[in-house]
Amino acid sequence: MSQSHETLTVTYDDRSAAQFLWATLIWGVIGMLVGALAALQLAFWPANGDIPWLTFGRIRPLHTAAVIFAFAGNAIFAGMYYSLQRLCKARLWSDALTKIHFWGWQIIILVSALSLMTGHTQGKEYAEMEWTIDIAIAIVWVIMGINVFGTVAVRRVKHLYVAIWFYLASIITIAMLHIVNNLAIPVGAFKSYSIFAGVQDALVQWWYGHNAVGFLLTTPFLGLMYYYVPKCVGKPVYSYRLSILHFWSLIFIYIWAGPHHLLYTSLPEWAQSLGMVFSLALLAPSWGGMINGLLTMRGAWNRVREEPILKFFVLALTFYGMSTFEGPLLSIKSINLISHYTDWTIAHVHSGALGWVGGMIFGMTYYLAPKLFGRPLYSQRLANTHFWIATIGLLLYVSSMWTAGVTQGLMWMATTDDGLLKYPQFMETVLALKPLFWVRLLGGSLYLIGAVICLYNVYMTSRGRTVADETVAVEVERHIQARTLHERLEGHAFTLSALALVAVLIGGVAEFVPALLMETKVPTVTSVRPYTPLELEGRDIYLREGCYNCHSQSVRVYQKEEMRYGPHSKAYEFVYDHPFQWGSKRTGPDLHRVGGKYPDLWHYKHMMDPRMTSPGSIMPSYPWLLENKVDLSMLEPKVKAMKMLGVPYDPDTIADPKTAYNKQAMKIVTSLSKDGILIPTDSEIIAMIAYLQKLGTDHQAEQKEAAK
Amino acid sequence: MEILYFLIFLSFVMAMGGLAAFLWANQSGQFRDLRRPAEEMLFEDRPKSSQ
Repeated sequence: MSQSHETLTVTYDDRSAAQFLWATLIWGVIGMLVGALAALQLAFWPANGDIPWLTFGRIRPLHTAAVIFAFAGNAIFAGMYYSLQRLCKARLWSDALTKIHFWGWQIIILVSALSLMTGHTQGKEYAEMEWTIDIAIAIVWVIMGINVFGTVAVRRVKHLYVAIWFYLASIITIAMLHIVNNLAIPVGAFKSYSIFAGVQDALVQWWYGHNAVGFLLTTPFLGLMYYYVPKCVGKPVYSYRLSILHFWSLIFIYIWAGPHHLLYTSLPEWAQSLGMVFSLALLAPSWGGMINGLLTMRGAWNRVREEPILKFFVLALTFYGMSTFEGPLLSIKSINLISHYTDWTIAHVHSGALGWVGGMIFGMTYYLAPKLFGRPLYSQRLANTHFWIATIGLLLYVSSMWTAGVTQGLMWMATTDDGLLKYPQFMETVLALKPLFWVRLLGGSLYLIGAVICLYNVYMTSRGRTVADETVAVEVERHIQARTLHERLEGHAFTLSALALVAVLIGGVAEFVPALLMETKVPTVTSVRPYTPLELEGRDIYLREGCYNCHSQSVRVYQKEEMRYGPHSKAYEFVYDHPFQWGSKRTGPDLHRVGGKYPDLWHYKHMMDPRMTSPGSIMPSYPWLLENKVDLSMLEPKVKAMKMLGVPYDPDTIADPKTAYNKQAMKIVTSLSKDGILIPTDSEIIAMIAYLQKLGTDHQAEQKEAAK
Repeated sequence: MEILYFLIFLSFVMAMGGLAAFLWANQSGQFRDLRRPAEEMLFEDRPKSSQ
């Protein structure tokens, strides 16, 4: 086959990349601002303002969604679209799909923000968006996938550069994770129940959750790293062979790491150990990426002193290495015993997010802005200033949270010489952290200021310029006739194969889900009963207010924890929890054994103003629970949906949940009236009290039965 | 823990998918020359015209 060259004209779509870049910077500032608000609320609880829309429980998911999907998400699209076209020497496959992708994604962000603030949430971390929005996300994601795979299919460079492999793997895996974890039965336009429950849901949720980190915050950014770092440094990747090796090992190992979020819980021990081992193994391929990136810069280190882009890339790669060392460390069971539910997890997340992800995004931004706007960056000095402010902010954030995490973790397990808990009052462990919350607020605010400086710098660079699609002359090998089957399978068939894989996975789900639902989940302990209609409503309010953001519901298999909360949580206690609410953070105490611990009046006062029962508390007040009324017409659809998911409600409860609801509510109303509180039965607080009083009581019922 | 039947099946499908992708890559010569692609991506395309 002769290999002569021909010259083609290609016009890259750079206007879309610029649009995504603007979206990245604007949502970045907004997402970090929300984060700063959340940080302020922890240091200074009145910042919750007694406004339902702005309480920490609703703001925190808004922050995580904004920085992950709006800030990092748009950055991936900007960087990927710009680099993919040049690596393929082809314009994006479909201008129409690109536009739908851009506007679809931004509209989804806006709708998500509103829905989260109004309390429409699935109660699953990093997957809070309800089913209607989830479907929109899936559609836009698939459209983006078609656009990307289509571009790859019409590429004029036969070899798929390593960055492209990372992009493709991310697209496929995120689609699968998103669809599976969000499977739910709807009971309204913005309300649904997860088809998974309890331990199963925990496993699926953290299979999703950790791989959202893996395939949204890691692999796409590794792809971007493999394009932008060599480009900026002007040197090829240090070891292309290593990049291929660590790509395959990374994507294989990452998926298994999920259970490291569930160590010492009621997840089966072997699954925990599996998660731990694979998390440790993950260190190797991750460091392959870091080493490759840093060593690509060999010979260019003197330029780091002058160039902000390279500064950010060094920051990014260094913190990538640090986070991917810390992650496996935190996955070791004995370390996790100290760190789980503490701010150490927060420190870890933010070192990865601000260091690795943020560093890559800002480095890439300072590279792209001059290219897109056709003039040098407005101010190198401001970009350097941004770097230093961001780095100092990041270090303050992470070090304050490390200190907070280890402090609190050790306080929780500290015992006196008599073997009793040294800090039996949870409040003591919170009060010890307050100064550190202020330092974290300072650190995060500095990082936010840096982002604002970046936005300003890019804006000034863009003033008076319109982004033009770059037209280039590319030399390509003359098209070689496809001979073998494999050669014919390249080209547009590749797109079809990739989509077929997605379809197969969805098909697998469609087959398995009914099979799972049909399984009679006979509890091993008959005393475990479903939530009554009143308790179910209370649980939905718990989800709406985002209580899981501060409270866990899983007492670990650890003696010192049992001393504090009661018997450790058993798997069979959670079989009806659609979705599970184990939480991952204890800003407040674990609630799994709170049922029957305090009288109804205590809960009434605590929700009205936590300071009334717990001086020094940083929990927001929830006075609207006392005023809001439950929509009783929703009881029947909710109970029916749960029945469909296998919860064994009796026919009377399904036919007329209101009677059962009112009967149980009346008991609580009566008990409160004895303390001078007059409140109607359909008040939200009654449902909340019923739910809280139920938590963990099945275990006591079991003990009573066993004692008989 | 019936979810495990599903997750194991899913993992198997994914692993097979990964294997298929790797075999395709090998067959289509993606790994044939590892030096040139790393260097080629550094070159900027020749600008044709500005629009």
